[in-house]
Amino acid sequence: MKKSILLSIGLLILMVFSIEIKAHGGGYQVGDKASDFNLKSVDGSMVSLSGLEGAKGAIVIFSCNTCPYVVAYQDRMIDLHNDYSSKGYPVIAINSNDEKISPGDSFKKMQERSKDKKFPFPYLYDQSQEVIKAYGGTKTPHVYLLHKEGGAYNVKYIGAIDNNYQDASAVTEKYVEDALDAVINGKKVAVESTKAIGCSIKWTKK
Amino acid sequence: MVLCYLTFFWLYLIYPQADSYIEQRAVQNFKVIDFDEFESTINNPSEKLRIFNFWATWCAPCIKEMPYFESVKSQDPDLELFFISMDDGRNPERVTNFISKRKIKAPVYLLDEVNFNKWIGKVDRDWSGAIPATLFIKPDGSRSFHEGEVSEEELKQLIKQQK
Repeated sequence: MKKSILLSIGLLILMVFSIEIKAHGGGYQVGDKASDFNLKSVDGSMVSLSGLEGAKGAIVIFSCNTCPYVVAYQDRMIDLHNDYSSKGYPVIAINSNDEKISPGDSFKKMQERSKDKKFPFPYLYDQSQEVIKAYGGTKTPHVYLLHKEGGAYNVKYIGAIDNNYQDASAVTEKYVEDALDAVINGKKVAVESTKAIGCSIKWTKK
Repeated sequence: MVLCYLTFFWLYLIYPQADSYIEQRAVQNFKVIDFDEFESTINNPSEKLRIFNFWATWCAPCIKEMPYFESVKSQDPDLELFFISMDDGRNPERVTNFISKRKIKAPVYLLDEVNFNKWIGKVDRDWSGAIPATLFIKPDGSRSFHEGEVSEEELKQLIKQQK
């Protein structure tokens, strides 16, 4: 009797775990159509994919203020936007961290960071975490390169910005730039997904 | 006055030694390794269930769960525990300072390998790269992996599933 109770408790825990994994482990694969969003940016404006004027795609980066990897990549995110927004691919940074768990990632702190670093790109607050769940982002920074095809924003690359967070001058593989250049030139993206260490998303506790 | 000088001299003699003693203890538990060394460590046969916890000094949820790992390890002689640091290899003292300050008992290896895409998938196919994350290796070599933070209860459950 005792054993079967223990077993059912164990099973229940397992079930809860797998539901958790399903909720966060889904998301997009390369080739999927990305859903639109409508989120508030640090300047107070609402930003959506459909509202991007003249865009051919977007470099969506799940980001935040507090992660050291994001801090290491901030300047490279600015460079990416400056190099590719005129070609139709702006950077859109999205912070999904719960400010109760990570106070340094509040909307006010996002505004401060954007002002301090003079972000040329929108920096959006995904307070409900619905956008990151739809995309399947698990960490910061986590890049989703989108390319507009027939009105749909299709995912062309998922992963890291490049292969050396410590030193931009020591980078040997510029994953996002290479993927962008392939997409712009109508070629197939050679490396469609990469993995990198990142800071876990601070999910809202239910 | 002389006493004053003597006291300073004594302090001068004692303090650097005290510092280096703490440092040495930390260093005994600490190594900077590359991925090949990590792989050979995990491929070493062991009669115990081995736990490799991926963490970093700047990762709040990682630091929160570390005492749970140390606690289960201290209660179970059939466990082996390793903390694998993802900290910046250019500043290993951040990790050694952390080890001595928090009195971390398990060995800590700083995996200094920034070309992440080359090795993350080899640790586990499903690991997205977010930390904390934990690799369990049974004595028969079979592995399981957990991405994300655990409570002490969850950790005990995860260990139970391995046995």
